[in-house]
Amino acid sequence: MADTSRPNLPRASTAVAEPTTHDPDARGHFGIFGGRYIPEALMAVIEEVTAAYEKARTDQAFLDKLDDLQTHYTGRPSPLYEAIRLSEHAGGARIFLKREDLNHTGSHKINNVLGQALLARQMGKTRVIAETGAGQHGVATAVACARFGLDCVVYMGEEDIRRQKLNVFNMRTMGAEVRPVTTGSRTLRDAINEAMRDWMASVETTHYILGSVVGPHPFPQIVRDFQSVIGKEARQQCLEETGRLPDEVIACVGGGSNAAGMFYPFVEDDSVQLTGVEAGGRGPQPGQHASPLSYGRKGVLHGSFSYVMQDDDGQTCDVHSISAGLDYPGVGPEHAYWKDTGRVNYVAAEDDEALAAFKKLATLEGILPALESSHAIAHTIKAAKQRGPDDIIVVCLSGRGDKDVTEVARLLGQEL
Amino acid sequence: MPSSRISDVFTKLKSENRLAFMPFITSGDPDIAATGELITELGKQGCDLIEIGFPYSDPIADGPTIQASYTRALDKGLHVNDIFNTVAALPTEELPPLVAMVAFAIIYRIGPEEFLTKLKSAGFSGMIVPDLPGDEAASFFELSQKHGLDLVQLVSPTTKPERVERILAAASGFVYCISVAGITGVREDLPPELKDQLRWLREKTDLPLAVGFGIGKPEQIDMLRDVADGVIVGSAIVRQLEPLAKAPDQKKAIIDQIGNYAADMLAATKS
Repeated sequence: MADTSRPNLPRASTAVAEPTTHDPDARGHFGIFGGRYIPEALMAVIEEVTAAYEKARTDQAFLDKLDDLQTHYTGRPSPLYEAIRLSEHAGGARIFLKREDLNHTGSHKINNVLGQALLARQMGKTRVIAETGAGQHGVATAVACARFGLDCVVYMGEEDIRRQKLNVFNMRTMGAEVRPVTTGSRTLRDAINEAMRDWMASVETTHYILGSVVGPHPFPQIVRDFQSVIGKEARQQCLEETGRLPDEVIACVGGGSNAAGMFYPFVEDDSVQLTGVEAGGRGPQPGQHASPLSYGRKGVLHGSFSYVMQDDDGQTCDVHSISAGLDYPGVGPEHAYWKDTGRVNYVAAEDDEALAAFKKLATLEGILPALESSHAIAHTIKAAKQRGPDDIIVVCLSGRGDKDVTEVARLLGQEL
Repeated sequence: MPSSRISDVFTKLKSENRLAFMPFITSGDPDIAATGELITELGKQGCDLIEIGFPYSDPIADGPTIQASYTRALDKGLHVNDIFNTVAALPTEELPPLVAMVAFAIIYRIGPEEFLTKLKSAGFSGMIVPDLPGDEAASFFELSQKHGLDLVQLVSPTTKPERVERILAAASGFVYCISVAGITGVREDLPPELKDQLRWLREKTDLPLAVGFGIGKPEQIDMLRDVADGVIVGSAIVRQLEPLAKAPDQKKAIIDQIGNYAADMLAATKS
């Protein structure tokens, strides 16, 4: 249907080019959240990135390049697919999947990376650094750097390297250097610390492609804008395929980039309920989950003010999730803002629910979802049950599950 | 410039034509008792000011040496109240002014009002908050002033002139000048651009200028004599503490060694 008729769908660049009333203030605040809680040594480069982004938003050549890459390299638009057997299984609303898993590199991460790689070139940077948890952002960054001939270093926690061997191999094959992070909890948050540290010593040559809507301003805004093509397309596709807007839009939330990109174009559609699904891990006890919006408190982490998992002294807590991409103690500041204003409802799906959803989508639809996206699917099945057959739920299938099969097999007690 | 214990130190040093020597130590590495003993030793040697690091789980502004030191302290279960209690038990009036190096994540969690009250009553004279740049600092600066505590701000070689003015508007005590555009750690030489920046800053503010990040040797102090008012030494001291975690019986020897190192650096500030 509409999926192949590219001109009818919004281009990637439209979400970037349009300043809206939802942009943060000049210092990056969404209400009280966001801001720039960073060392002075990073401030100059952060301001350089902010200025470059504001310039790029009105630079038609930049926007055209982004659209061209998103169409011919990523393979956008991604389809909106009605999951009929999954809907029947849930026994309620019609469920539509926004297939970001079909993008080049297998997840939504490429949307942001291509935009920021173009920005890096615009700024004359020759080297790119990135952090990665599950490895999807690392792979997307390695891919973009190969495509643009940029040097690439990806910081990845030692624990995540163990969990995500396939992605590590892919990054190295693409010419990226994967630097194991052995400090702290050896996961995503420590990889962000190391990347920031690298950046402070390399600002002249290097751009840091932060992979989620976290960190100091302007990253939460830049990443949201580059990801908003997801929601822009989905909104238009839903209108064309069903004649109306969805009743509910659902996405998983770690740092929150696919959810921000999915929700943002629906924020002003009051009739559309927005639901973010955090990683509930093994349960609500401290240390057992990665759900700062559901169970955390307001605080500062990685340069912005948001919800975070911290102890009474402000020390970041260890978190747990079956999914390396959601295993993060913080969350993007705009999600904190949406939570406090009540625009988005945040819930948690636990490890075993995500695992069950992973299997359901595989057996009912022939689609292997990423463990991150499986959290969104798990909640979607529950939410669909509560609704009637005329209702429509659109869920972001943010990534494919190939990277997770070793870990899933291990959890199921099987050997590959 | 309002008077404070910190500004009094710099005024006195100026009359003696001497640079301030300000060592940094991590509280709780290897344990909080050793921190009390180290502060006492550094005071005995005549250090002009002592920076006390509050360990933080995600210290992006610090280099690997200090991060490792923070991790050692936190792994042993150090709490912020342990630092307050230990410092409060010292005769802080007889010691050089103590300045906390503390992440805003910690201050926010405890509550700015409560944190400043505790900091003041423990006997600290001020603080450096590395992740609270001038832009976010205005109201916290006012609150610090109300509590009679100095808020030291950082200026980096990449800081643009128009930013410097905004930063200085929310600064007191002294200005912490980062000597290299990067993370903390010991460097071989001081970059030549540093002198230019210090000369430029001198015209912008009456606040004393202290240089940190990458200072570890007495020779480096000489290079700064005409352009700065003080030097801060962190990693070079924390590195000496490192072996203590594994050899607690060496405590006295290592504290003496750090005392001797401080004495050498102090001698260099005078010559």
